[in-house]
Amino acid sequence: MRSEVTGLRKTPLNDAVRRLGARLVDFAGWEMPVQFQSVIEEHQAVRTRAGLFDVSHMGEIDVAGGDALALLQHLTPNDVGSLAIGQAQYSALLTPNATFVDDVLIYRLGPERFLLCVNSSNTAKDFSYLRASAAGLRADVEDVSDSYAQLALQGPRAGAILARVTGADVGAIRSYHFVEAEVAGARSILSRTGYTGEDGFEIYLPPGSAESVWDAVLEAGKADGVVPCGLGARDTLRLEARLPLYGNDIDETVTPLEAGLGFIVKLEKGEFLGSAILHDQKEHGVPRRLIGFEMTGRGIARHGYPLRVEGREAGTVTSGSYAPFLKKNIGLGYAPAGSDRIGQRIEVVIRDAAVPGIIVKTPFYKRRA
Amino acid sequence: MSEKRQGYPSDLKYTREHEWVRLEGGVGIIGITEYAQSELGDVVFVDLPEKGRALAAGEELGTIESVKAVSEIYAPVSGEVLEINETLREHPEKVNGDPYGEGWLVRIRVGDRPEIDRLLSSEAYRSHVEEGE
Repeated sequence: MRSEVTGLRKTPLNDAVRRLGARLVDFAGWEMPVQFQSVIEEHQAVRTRAGLFDVSHMGEIDVAGGDALALLQHLTPNDVGSLAIGQAQYSALLTPNATFVDDVLIYRLGPERFLLCVNSSNTAKDFSYLRASAAGLRADVEDVSDSYAQLALQGPRAGAILARVTGADVGAIRSYHFVEAEVAGARSILSRTGYTGEDGFEIYLPPGSAESVWDAVLEAGKADGVVPCGLGARDTLRLEARLPLYGNDIDETVTPLEAGLGFIVKLEKGEFLGSAILHDQKEHGVPRRLIGFEMTGRGIARHGYPLRVEGREAGTVTSGSYAPFLKKNIGLGYAPAGSDRIGQRIEVVIRDAAVPGIIVKTPFYKRRA
Repeated sequence: MSEKRQGYPSDLKYTREHEWVRLEGGVGIIGITEYAQSELGDVVFVDLPEKGRALAAGEELGTIESVKAVSEIYAPVSGEVLEINETLREHPEKVNGDPYGEGWLVRIRVGDRPEIDRLLSSEAYRSHVEEGE
């Protein structure tokens, strides 16, 4: 759907979120809710109760066929071969230089069938890249984004709420696993994943059912204090949990090792795109690394502000914000090797003033198990 | 909450950039409007000038940041900064909760009366906001 007035794409939940008073913004060409009542209140709701997000703008790409596994093994650094059917994996699509085309979630739907959840702003790029890479292989690549709406129900109460609207054994779905089940009457992929640092679920469902499922989840979660949440809270939540954002913290200039995502790099699986570079970086170290910092002086670091380490410009802040749960000003940025240790003093240039900060351990926020 | 709050108090003067001034003798109290705080969202940081600084009308007076946005505040009129609202350092959310009261930003000694007269009345400011929506 495309708005005649703004030219922006709309998700199937556009009417539903408008009725709830969402403030809508242009997000990568989509008209998306940035907040409902308050970013801070939505953030706290997810940390302490539950929040429901419309993330239908995310892209979905289906990869199927006899060579589907081989294709994905070649393009991604994580070991797709280790994925069981019903399991999901965080990974990346890599360039030949081992840098990020995108960061992706790979679902194994069948022995020869995978679903990739990709960033909305990268969907077209990822699709062309996968298609081109599949040339000559027995692998069908389809952009199925229009076949899915996506909801994210996140927070400590998410499982209890979800259990009221599905017959699936919600408690039995382990982290980074999924089941195909009916949710409020709609055939869905119910995945125990998220982008908030909290326990929670992502629900992929037919667009025509999005609104009824959205309403059913909000109704079922009323007593638990579930609130609709916008992309504003999604961003502060993911930053506290140090989950990288494509276009800010990772892009086609950095490798997963530089981004501190060593856990998605499985060199032992054999050769893949950029594996020689990653091998070398693992052996000899990375030239720079994504670090997390906390401001010690007064000021909020923001994306793009100059970052100084030991008096020298080291680059820019890749993500920065007030952190609503921690009640601190935090950020991410790249620090050169040797100056990237915890406790290292840094400075962020905020409106011509160098404001001090310190490199801290990440994630800034980690939920109690 | 915001429905109950008076959006455009008639004893204030306004700028098109959504600041307000309340004149008490030769002293002007400056803040941002209900509309401005609502557009910004949760205010988490307020940066204000030093006491004693002389501001020209239209000069940057400080910065207000919400979780998502950075917004410059401009001096509606010229004058010397007499006092800043120190409470906002620890409680920036007062700008949201009470923009025309406890959420005031600075008090300045107002030099030029005609400058004040050029600002918008409550009715004129209301039309300005409503036209923009």
